[in-house]
Amino acid sequence: MNETYRALAEFAQTWGLLYFVGIFLCVLAYALSPRRSKQFEDAARMPLRED
Amino acid sequence: MTQLHSSAGEGRGSGATEPGVDQSGKKMTFGEGGLAFVFAVLSLSCITVAAKTHDAAYAFHAYLSAFASLAAVFVILNRYVDRPAALPAREIDGKPNYNFGPVKFATIAAMFWGIAGFLVGVIIAFQLAFPWLNLDLPWTAFGRLRPLHTSAVIFAFGGNVLIGTSFYVVQRTSRARLAGYLAPWFVVLGYNFFIVIAGTGYLLGITQSKEYAEPEWYADLWLTVVWVTYLLVYLATLWRRQEPHIYVANWFYLAFIVTIAMLHLGNNASIPVSVFSPKSYIVWSGVQDAMVQWWYGHNAVGFFLTAGFLAIMYYFIPKRADRPVYSYRLSIIHFWALIFIYIWAGPHHLHYTALPDWAQTLGMTFSIILWMPSWGGMINGLMTLSGAWDKLRTDPVLRMMVVSVAFYGMSTFEGPLMSVKSVNSLSHYTDWTIGHVHSGALGWVAYISFGAIYCLVPWLWQKRELYSLRLVNWHFWISTIGIVFYISAMWVAGILQGLMWRAYTSLGFLEYSFIETVEAMHPFYIIRAVGGVLFLVGGLIMAFNIFMTIRQPETAEADTGARNPSLVPAE
Repeated sequence: MNETYRALAEFAQTWGLLYFVGIFLCVLAYALSPRRSKQFEDAARMPLRED
Repeated sequence: MTQLHSSAGEGRGSGATEPGVDQSGKKMTFGEGGLAFVFAVLSLSCITVAAKTHDAAYAFHAYLSAFASLAAVFVILNRYVDRPAALPAREIDGKPNYNFGPVKFATIAAMFWGIAGFLVGVIIAFQLAFPWLNLDLPWTAFGRLRPLHTSAVIFAFGGNVLIGTSFYVVQRTSRARLAGYLAPWFVVLGYNFFIVIAGTGYLLGITQSKEYAEPEWYADLWLTVVWVTYLLVYLATLWRRQEPHIYVANWFYLAFIVTIAMLHLGNNASIPVSVFSPKSYIVWSGVQDAMVQWWYGHNAVGFFLTAGFLAIMYYFIPKRADRPVYSYRLSIIHFWALIFIYIWAGPHHLHYTALPDWAQTLGMTFSIILWMPSWGGMINGLMTLSGAWDKLRTDPVLRMMVVSVAFYGMSTFEGPLMSVKSVNSLSHYTDWTIGHVHSGALGWVAYISFGAIYCLVPWLWQKRELYSLRLVNWHFWISTIGIVFYISAMWVAGILQGLMWRAYTSLGFLEYSFIETVEAMHPFYIIRAVGGVLFLVGGLIMAFNIFMTIRQPETAEADTGARNPSLVPAE
C-alpha cells in the first residue's frame, strides 16, 4: 500500500508536473504565435458581428 | 405547467395554430415518440414508488414526478398534433433560424428564482439576528431554509442564467440553430423540475448534508440525465456552426458544463438504501469524503460561479460596449490557466483538519497562483471598455457589468488571501467567509447576470430598449449600497468573531464563552439583513422593469440597427 502510494506520488510529482507544464507551454505558443494575430483580431470581434 | 404551455407556444411560433398549416404526410419523430413513451413509463414507476414507500416526503416527490411526467407526455403529444409536418428549418433565406423559446423561458425562470432566493436570504439573515423568527417549526428552521437560499440563488437563479445565456451565445456565435427539437426544452424544463424537487426536499427534511450538493440520489440521477442532454445539445450546436473559430465564451461554457458533470458524478457516488427510500450513503468515507466534497465544492465555485459567468462577461460586455475583446490572446491564456489551476484549490476548505498537511499546502499554493488568471481575466474584461469609458456614465447596464468585473477582481483577491493557512486560522468558520462569498455572489455573479438579462430581454422580445434605464440606475445604486452594507458588516463581524475565539486570559483560559461571541454579532447581523433587504428591493425593481419591457407594445423595427436580433426571421 505504502509502496504503491509512494510510487504514484513520485510519478505525479515529476512526470505529472512536466506534463502539465508542457501542455501549458503549448497553449502559450498557440495563443502568442504571431501567425494567428489576424485570426484572433477577427475572433475578438465575433460578438459584434451580425447576420 | 401554464408557463410551459405558453412558452412552448412561443418557441414554436404563432404559425402553428393558424389555418393553412401544411400537415400532410406528418410523421412523429423518433424523439417525440420515444420521449413520450419514456415519460409514460416513468410516470407509472413513480406511482408505484409513491404507493410503496413509508416516507411521506418521498411519496410527495414521487407523486410530483408522476404528475410532471404525465404532463410531459401530454405536452409532447399536443405539440406534435399542433405542429406542421416539417420540423423548424435550420435556416430561412440563408439566415440562421434561431431557437430562442428555451432562452426566454430560462430568462424568466432566472428572474423568478432570483427574487425567491434573495427573499429567503433576507429571511434567514433576520433569523440569525432574531432567532424567534425560526417559528419553532421544522420547515421554517434556519437549518432547512439556508440550503434553500443557497440552492435558489446559485443553482436556480445562476443556473437558469447560465443555461439561458449559453443557449443564446452558442447560437449567435456559431450562427446556427440550437440542435435538437425537444432536447433544448427538455434541458430547461428538466433543470427547473430538479430545482423544485431539491427545494421542496430541503423544506421537508430530505438532504444528504453535503454543502451545495444537498439533493438526494434520485434528484441527482435526474440532474445527470438533464445535464448530459445539455452537453449534447451544446456540442451538437457547435458541431453545425458556420464560423470556423469557436468563440472564447463557448470554451468557458463548455468547461462549465463538462466540469460540473464530472464533479456531480464524483461527489454523488452514493448508494440508496432502497428504491423506496430517499436516503443514500456515499461510497467514500471520513476524510476522503471531506476531500471529495470540497473538491466538488470549490470547483462548483470555480466552474459554475466563475467559468460560466466569465463566458457571459466575454460575450455581453463586448456586445453592450460595442467594442471588441481587449486581448483575445489573453482570453485564451486566461481560459487554460484558470481551468488548469482551479481544480487543485479545494483542499483550502480543510485547513487544520485530518487532511494530510501536504494536501492542505497544495490547495493553498494553487489558490495563490489563481490570482494570476483571475486578474488577467478581470483586466481583459475591464480594458474591453477602452475607447468607450464614457458609456459608463450613460449606460447603467454596462456600468452594472463593469462593477461586477471589479467585484470579481476584489473577491478573487480576497479568496487566495483567505486560503493562506495563517489567515485561514483566523477567518475560517467565521462570518468573514460569508462576507467573502457574498462579495463574489452578489457583486460578481448577480451583477453580471443582471447585466446579461437587461441586455437579453430587449433582444429576445424584440424591443428597442428596456422599459426604463432610470429604473436600472435605481436598481444599481440601491443594490450596490446593499452589498456594501453586507460585506463590510461581515468583515467586521468575522474578524471580531475570530479574535474573540482565540483570546486567552493570562491564566490560559479562553476569555469569552461561545455565547458571548454570538451576542457580539447581533448589530452586524442586523446591518447585514438591511443590506439584504436593499439587494432584494433592487431585484424587485428589476423584475418590474423586465415585466414592463416585455409588455410594452412597441417592437423594434428592422432599422433600429444591426444589434437587434429582430432581423432574425421568426420560426
